[in-house]
Amino acid sequence: MKDIKQNLTQELDQTSGNPLLEENIKISCRKVNVYYHKNVQSIFNVSFDIAKNQIMAMIGPSGCGKSTLLRCFNRMNDMIEECVVDGDIKLDGENIHSKNIDPVILRASVGMVFQKPNPFPKSIYDNVAYGPKLHGLVRNSSELDDIVEESLTKAGLWKETKDCLSKAGTSLSGGQQQRLCIARTIAIKPEVILMDEPTSALDPIATATIEELMYELKSSYTIAVVTHSMQQAARISDRTAYFHLGRLVEVNDTNTVFTNPVHELTENYITGRFG
Amino acid sequence: MNNLDLTIILCISVLAAFLLAQRRAKLWHTSSTTNIHSLPSYYGYLTAIWTLMPALTIFIIWSIFELNAISGIIVSKIQELQILDKESLELTLNKIYNIANSDFYNLNDSSSINNQAANLFIEYKNNSLILKCISVISIAILSFLVVYFFITPNTKARNKVEKLITYLLLSCALIAILTTIGIIVSVLFESLEFFSQISIFEFLFSTNWSPQIAIREGQTGNSGAFGAVPLFWGTVFISFIAMLVAAPLGLISAIYLAKYATPKFRSIAKPLLEILAGIPTVVYGFFAALTIGPAIRDFCVFLKELGISLDIEIIANITISTESALAVGLVMGTMIVPFILSISDDVISTVPNSIVDGSIAMGATKSETVWRVIIPAALPGIVGGFLLAISRAIGETMIVLMAAGVAANLTANPLDTVTTITTQIVVLLTGDQEFDNVKTLAAFALGLSLFVTTLIINVIALYIVRKYREQYE
Repeated sequence: MKDIKQNLTQELDQTSGNPLLEENIKISCRKVNVYYHKNVQSIFNVSFDIAKNQIMAMIGPSGCGKSTLLRCFNRMNDMIEECVVDGDIKLDGENIHSKNIDPVILRASVGMVFQKPNPFPKSIYDNVAYGPKLHGLVRNSSELDDIVEESLTKAGLWKETKDCLSKAGTSLSGGQQQRLCIARTIAIKPEVILMDEPTSALDPIATATIEELMYELKSSYTIAVVTHSMQQAARISDRTAYFHLGRLVEVNDTNTVFTNPVHELTENYITGRFG
Repeated sequence: MNNLDLTIILCISVLAAFLLAQRRAKLWHTSSTTNIHSLPSYYGYLTAIWTLMPALTIFIIWSIFELNAISGIIVSKIQELQILDKESLELTLNKIYNIANSDFYNLNDSSSINNQAANLFIEYKNNSLILKCISVISIAILSFLVVYFFITPNTKARNKVEKLITYLLLSCALIAILTTIGIIVSVLFESLEFFSQISIFEFLFSTNWSPQIAIREGQTGNSGAFGAVPLFWGTVFISFIAMLVAAPLGLISAIYLAKYATPKFRSIAKPLLEILAGIPTVVYGFFAALTIGPAIRDFCVFLKELGISLDIEIIANITISTESALAVGLVMGTMIVPFILSISDDVISTVPNSIVDGSIAMGATKSETVWRVIIPAALPGIVGGFLLAISRAIGETMIVLMAAGVAANLTANPLDTVTTITTQIVVLLTGDQEFDNVKTLAAFALGLSLFVTTLIINVIALYIVRKYREQYE
């Protein structure tokens, strides 16, 4: 393990492939380092760009820091006390760590869907209405009704739930709950949606539904998705980033990464030799 | 030889039984022609338990019935005792025991019947002790021999010991349950006795409480009135004031400790708050009586003067008293704060972090998350905690007794004195009185009503709390 780490530090000063873009950039990372407990570093010197209205898949073996990096984009790591993020992360060219960015406002424009469906213990309607009410996006109840219907429709959940909007969100099935969480996120009209292994707790049918949904959402949102499933990354993403032990090994168009990987580690991973 | 010696001998023989049986099992094991079923020590335990149990049973039964049996024999031997009626016989017997156990009486002087009886008593007691020792030890030896020869290498000693341990644990649990049932039954029967003299409707619905009754015949005055409504009201009223103090304080500090405080602050503050729970209620009582009560009185005096000078009738007419429902309520509220705090803290921490993360990721601030997501999710548990705290407040005695007085007023004025069920029970049962008059029995009726109320509240509260737990497990 130690050898691999040393090799990595020597080899990976530069990320292979095509990490930086010239135009159409939504999120850009430059030399991002993340530390826990002051001296434990979990992300090393990561630089790459995420393009607007595309799906960026982040893959890699467990513990490689992809979720930690994802949580940097909406500053969820602020909630963890010992976590320190260092380096530049820009959303639309503006540094999200700068003083005039309020993390609360940032999170309204960078939504997040979690690994385990986590609907609030409220009704389906209230789950979706939570964000719009919070941010004062509506003036009266009929506007709120419209937002709820629109979000649930976009998330593909309207048909199933329009007759039981007052039922508890927690009473839905796992896949429905995850779509409810997506509906809840798009109800506040974010620009970016971060997804942290959104289908790892779901069965194949529910997974397919969510994947289709992501594909449709791409036209209006920028999506960054962490996934353990390489098939999923290959199916839905436009670009793929491969992480290994906290380092970004390779970024490229999904096609290129899966058919013609540059780095040996990437090739080993996607051919299933480890991870 | 006395009971202590006998106990020691019994212990030694049990230990010996254990060692012997274990040694034999080890020999079986090393001889290796036979396979033994369990580890050698299990054969030891099994033998030891079976050596102890019959002997111990005899020992306990003998000790329980010894005194009665000896008394019976003494009464049958001495004719002067047979003519006494039941109560004076008991008194005389007590006297005899005292003489027999004391060093001050001269037992050689056999002129009085009591001394004769005491001599007899001592004689029989010694005989009984010797007999007891012989029978207990012989039974121990006998049962050891029987068990020792019945146990073979094939005996499932491990399983049998396991079963015996189960019975042992069961019997411990049974003792606790039986005690509870005993208490309930005794309270119930005394209450029924009370209700045969005072109608249950008068007790539950009449508003006049003055339990002073004539103790001696021909004493003038009171026949007693047992309408418990003022007591029920006083209890509810004081608990209500206490909850007004404790509910917001406890809940809000729980929210702060669970979601805002740094770990360092939490590690200091929580034990400090829990100290509040460790203060004896009598200390709270004199805090209420000597500090809060007078402070409230002084404030009332000030208010009254203000009311007179400003000519506001309501304020000018307020009651001035050191003993007030308000003082008690405030102090009792302080007392139950840690109770509410620890339950609320517990419940709030059970709300899964994933939900909190979800809310934060939607762009909610911390306090928005607390009030809109965490509190609604934790509400059933918090309500359950409040109910448990209320039943605690209802059962509280000392603070009320010291700071609220004993006057049974039916009033909604927090500056007046009120009294509670528990306080009245204390008042009814202290002082000189016969045990079977109405005044004393009323205490049992009050106790029963208190018991039923807290039981119902606790059952509801525990049901709510449990249901809430299930939601997230």
